[in-house]
Amino acid sequence: MSLKRTPLFDAHVALGARMVDFGGWEMPLQYPTGILAEHHAVRKAVGIFDVSHMGEIRVRGSQSLAFLDWLTPNGVGALPPGRIQYTGLLTERGTFVDDLLLHKVDDRDFLLVVNASNAGKDLAWIRSHASAWDVEVLDESAVTGQVALQGPVSAAVLQPLVDIELGRIRYYGFAQGTFQGVPVLIARTGYTGEDGFEVYCPVERTPWVWETLLEQGRPQGLLPTGLGCRNTLRLEAKMALYGHEIDDGISALEADLGWILRFSKGDFLGRDALAAQRERGLVRVLVGFRMMEKGDIARDHMPVAEGGHVTSAAPSPTLGRNIGLALVPIALADLGSRIHIEIRGRACPAEVIPTPFYVRAR
Amino acid sequence: MYPAELKYTKNHEYLRPLGDGTALVGITHYAQEALGDVVFVSLPEPGTRLGTGEEFGTVESVKTVSEVYMPSAGEVLEVNTELEAHPEFVNEDPYGQGWMIKLRLEGELDSGLLDAAGYEAHVMSESR
Repeated sequence: MSLKRTPLFDAHVALGARMVDFGGWEMPLQYPTGILAEHHAVRKAVGIFDVSHMGEIRVRGSQSLAFLDWLTPNGVGALPPGRIQYTGLLTERGTFVDDLLLHKVDDRDFLLVVNASNAGKDLAWIRSHASAWDVEVLDESAVTGQVALQGPVSAAVLQPLVDIELGRIRYYGFAQGTFQGVPVLIARTGYTGEDGFEVYCPVERTPWVWETLLEQGRPQGLLPTGLGCRNTLRLEAKMALYGHEIDDGISALEADLGWILRFSKGDFLGRDALAAQRERGLVRVLVGFRMMEKGDIARDHMPVAEGGHVTSAAPSPTLGRNIGLALVPIALADLGSRIHIEIRGRACPAEVIPTPFYVRAR
Repeated sequence: MYPAELKYTKNHEYLRPLGDGTALVGITHYAQEALGDVVFVSLPEPGTRLGTGEEFGTVESVKTVSEVYMPSAGEVLEVNTELEAHPEFVNEDPYGQGWMIKLRLEGELDSGLLDAAGYEAHVMSESR
């Protein structure tokens, strides 16, 4: 099967990007600047990511709010219009079909942004549960482009180009307006742990939006940034990646995402299983760790000697130490616990430390 | 990008004969580019003797890790300790400051080593 391409494929190639297969999409891993420089650009200035591969699913109709409040575990009813929440699509077992960002336009109109590699599965999942409700489920992925500006200088780059007052958009809020005349939805969200904006625009205008932002941002230190640094940035911020920290075999409680479960709101898909698991107590849970020795670098999927495995790990460019996330037996989840990561047959010591590993100053 | 005075392996190490029975070993420009930003290089103790094709260390980048193998048999005389503080030398200057180990060669140079033209053709065929 041939790889899918975003509307920015030619732009990446022109910038000298190294393209890789990411969940069936041909995406930029890094540009000639390299992962480290791109990572630091996002922490200190601003980076621009192509996230056009993400799936956009519209749910609209008179019962949209009630339907999504049942289908997803977080509190949709309490969410004001113009606000966004991190949530998931959970199975009856309380494990993940996917995680997503839910944007509430109003009680009858929601935009769900899901992982590219899961978009087809998610759409089928939502539709299979929608028949009893007065809702319409629309796949807007093919007509929607998306570019993310991430880093402390994001607002300064974006503000002169849009008719929306960015200072009025709160973190996890959004607004609709125009970007130099092009209709856009601008959300103050991202996958890096920095301030930043995700700009949704018509797919055919995406290359122009990208080029305009590149040109506007270059004097302020903007770099085009690829999936390589996106991964180290999101790891430092302890943001989950499907297939790593979450999947259909890992429950929301095990993934340390209890904060997206609103048990008090009433029934939701997966609630019974999660309530029972909470009652029983967890057997394993996701923790953050750091390697004790400089030369020991844990990587995704390595075994933990005491049981469990590494979900994601890398050298942290911001912290200068080797960090990771792992699913471990609950007895080893306390801060300060000593665990061992099996790196090429050697049990290398690591310490359980607080997460997120990196929190931006506000 | 592939200096003529060097010998190369298909696994992207190079060997620089110094003319006195010793040689420097590192990874090629192509290899450093494929790895991306190098953050740590693990090297053997001086005095270690290894045969052709045996692993002598690992190179860790932000994204991945790769083993490095002996281009030809020999004894490790010296390792580049500068790389502890400056692993980025492997990216910035792979054939100069980014060298990894100095060998005393044992026996004839391995007959499977490629010259610059042969290595370039190998790289072309791999990246196609």
